[in-house]
Amino acid sequence: MDIKSMKNYLYWLYCQFELITCSYLMEPWEKVLFYTFNVSMLVMVAYTAYIFFPVHISTAFQFCLHLFGSQHENTVSVVK
Amino acid sequence: MELSAKKTFIEHFEQAPMYVAVLTFVGFGVGTVFGYLRDFMRAWGLEKRNVAQEREQQKDFVPLYQDFENFYTRNLYVRIRDNWNRPICSVPGPQFDLMERVTDDYNWTFRFTGRTIKNVINMGSYNYLGFAETDPNALKTVAKELQRYGTGICSTRQEMGTLDKHVELENLVAKFLGVEDAMVFGMGFATNSMNIPALVGKGCLILSDELNHTSLVLGARLSGATIRIFKHNNMQSLEKLLRDAIVYGQPRSRRAWRKIIILVEGIYSMEGSIVRLPEIVSLKNKYKAYLYLDEAHSIGAVGATGRGVVEYFGMNPNDVDVLMGTFTKSFGAAGGYIAGKKGLVDFLRTHSHSAVYATSMCPPVAEQIIRAMKCLMGLDGTTQGKLRQLGKNTRYFRRRLHEMGFIIYGNDDSPVVPLLLYMPGKIGAFARRMLEKNIGVVVVGFPATPITESRARFCVSAAHTREMLDTVLNALDELGDFLHLKYSRYSKSSHPELYEETRFEFED
Repeated sequence: MDIKSMKNYLYWLYCQFELITCSYLMEPWEKVLFYTFNVSMLVMVAYTAYIFFPVHISTAFQFCLHLFGSQHENTVSVVK
Repeated sequence: MELSAKKTFIEHFEQAPMYVAVLTFVGFGVGTVFGYLRDFMRAWGLEKRNVAQEREQQKDFVPLYQDFENFYTRNLYVRIRDNWNRPICSVPGPQFDLMERVTDDYNWTFRFTGRTIKNVINMGSYNYLGFAETDPNALKTVAKELQRYGTGICSTRQEMGTLDKHVELENLVAKFLGVEDAMVFGMGFATNSMNIPALVGKGCLILSDELNHTSLVLGARLSGATIRIFKHNNMQSLEKLLRDAIVYGQPRSRRAWRKIIILVEGIYSMEGSIVRLPEIVSLKNKYKAYLYLDEAHSIGAVGATGRGVVEYFGMNPNDVDVLMGTFTKSFGAAGGYIAGKKGLVDFLRTHSHSAVYATSMCPPVAEQIIRAMKCLMGLDGTTQGKLRQLGKNTRYFRRRLHEMGFIIYGNDDSPVVPLLLYMPGKIGAFARRMLEKNIGVVVVGFPATPITESRARFCVSAAHTREMLDTVLNALDELGDFLHLKYSRYSKSSHPELYEETRFEFED
């Protein structure tokens, strides 16, 4: 059953996260605090990426085009 | 009797991959942040204070509980405190009974439910030869001595506390080790801490290994001598210190040191490593220093006939100036001994603090040691079995753990097996889950080990049967996969059935 093994794997990953960040040792209210902080950080990063991703990609594309464009002109002048 | 010496010295101290160290620090970072949060809440009264703190009148004085050790204790150690100090209620043989203990307020207080957890496999007791037993046949002589002498001595060695049992025991210990004379004391820790001050004093130099036990460190500090530390089992470091000591002498007056003594242990209990005795003896002879060897864990556990690291390396006991050991580990009793030349032991009989002030060993315990030692020496005919079984168990256990992919420290022949856990979250999880599977283990963290190298320490015993070891190994395999502990990059394979056991027979 692929779903079952996938669920087991996700549970195992969650356990690893708990063990590595010591949230296994925390009391329930500390866990709530810690997860809220983590989730809010992730949401903020995701939101920022969503807002700025298209702008960054188009700026990078224009920069690359500018680079290759000027090179193209130089090689053309040499050949001439 | 031909005693064969080991020719190969294999020790492993594998380093874990880099991501493990990074994640360990992440774990400690999160723990520290939450520690500060809880301390803040406690200081501002948002949370009930269960910790030790100063009285109101002392609030303007120098703070007592602000250093790192106290911070670590109240914020990290308390969270996993239920894995230590567990009371047991049976003899600590290969299996034992545990009193069930629960906590209602996250390990600040405990209460007993009244039930006992039966037949927990014991991987933590120093019961190397299996002498911790309650079989009445085995303990016949001990019971007889108990009837004859009672339990208390009520005196010190120098007053009226020297019994014929002590004399018999001391002669037996001297014969066992192959030296001229020996003296026994009631407590192993006190043997080190009370006798080193008698042997060295001001103007002497002590060269002590980095990872020496607290009893040696305490004895060295009490003596008032100058102490210099050399890196663990590192002969270049030791030689450099010796050369500097002889060339430069004492710090201000440049006079020669009155005595230079090297303090080492036979087996280091946190690392499982064995001391490099041949190199140390050759260094000591070259630079005219003295050697004090603490064989607490190695006497009775290594060597072809159990006589410790001196026999393990095939050396002469007269090479070591002071042989010290304890009866707590392999002999199932309590107490310690110091053995060596007759002049040394006679000096200690008059000048040791233990001899003058400490109560001597009680007679039933002395008889237990006598019976165990006679068994080891073959004067009973029942022995060589135990040492061979311990050797087999040790090799099997270590080999299987290596094959599974765990990181194990130490020499291949030492019955002390530290398994590295690294992350603080895994310490608690490991011990609790092993107890759920009915196996009792000892986990160790800071401050007994470096902060990033927490470990679980297994003590293999001759009393463990192959089935018990297999149960433990299968549980470890499962737990290793679940907790992701198999960090070793050099494991042979993940299919131990392909390796036949007959190729690894213990050779005499």
